[in-house]
Amino acid sequence: MRIRVDPSVLRQTKWHEYVIRFVIGGMITAVAGVLAKEYGAGVGGLFLAFPAIFPASATLIEKHETEKKQERGLGGIERGREAASVDAAGSAMGSVGLLVFAWLVWQSMPTHKTWLVLSAATLCWLIVSVLIWRCRKYA
Amino acid sequence: MSQIIIRFFVGGVVVSAFALIADLLKPKSFAGLFGAAPSVALATLALTVATEGTPYAAKEARSMMAGSIAFFVYASFVSWILMRYKPKAIWSAICSIPIWLCVAFGLWHLWLE
Repeated sequence: MRIRVDPSVLRQTKWHEYVIRFVIGGMITAVAGVLAKEYGAGVGGLFLAFPAIFPASATLIEKHETEKKQERGLGGIERGREAASVDAAGSAMGSVGLLVFAWLVWQSMPTHKTWLVLSAATLCWLIVSVLIWRCRKYA
Repeated sequence: MSQIIIRFFVGGVVVSAFALIADLLKPKSFAGLFGAAPSVALATLALTVATEGTPYAAKEARSMMAGSIAFFVYASFVSWILMRYKPKAIWSAICSIPIWLCVAFGLWHLWLE
């Protein structure tokens, strides 16, 4: 299956759904900062890989997929939940890239420029995640 | 207090940006990769370096490795339970958060503390 961009999804998403994701993302980032201040970098760092946006995204995917099927007169609930499951499997693959991101930042941050470390680590996250996805897809 | 507000807004923007990219992409398994994007990490680490310095940020990144492994276990479990029993996605995702907490803190305690 080819990777493609589908802008029609933006019309399906309501403004309050964007607000919910903004608030959740902001809250987790703020909480990670507070925990790091309170309990140290060790505990705060764990929350840098907290599944912050995952519950909201999975719910949106389930809702959109269900609505799409129901518009065509099909019972879409089961299909919606399967789509959320597939999304979660993708996130599991992305989390391996996240591990590589964290390792690179840990190793390189003290000796290199911050912007360079964060950019390179993000690129590595993307490359590793996409490679795993491709291997899994075409294995 | 101002630090928390800045973190809230920067985190909100970065997380929303990655979520928007995920929305636009097909197939869903590929878009799912962005559910595990380093969005919170990017927002937090950039601010942490500015306030606490690079050694502190590096220590956070070291702990983040345990969080990432916990994320893998969590997302795999949610994917399996949704496919196998087909409960509502919101409940599967929220009720499985204790799995992330147990694995993340367990690994941190055994390996990194």
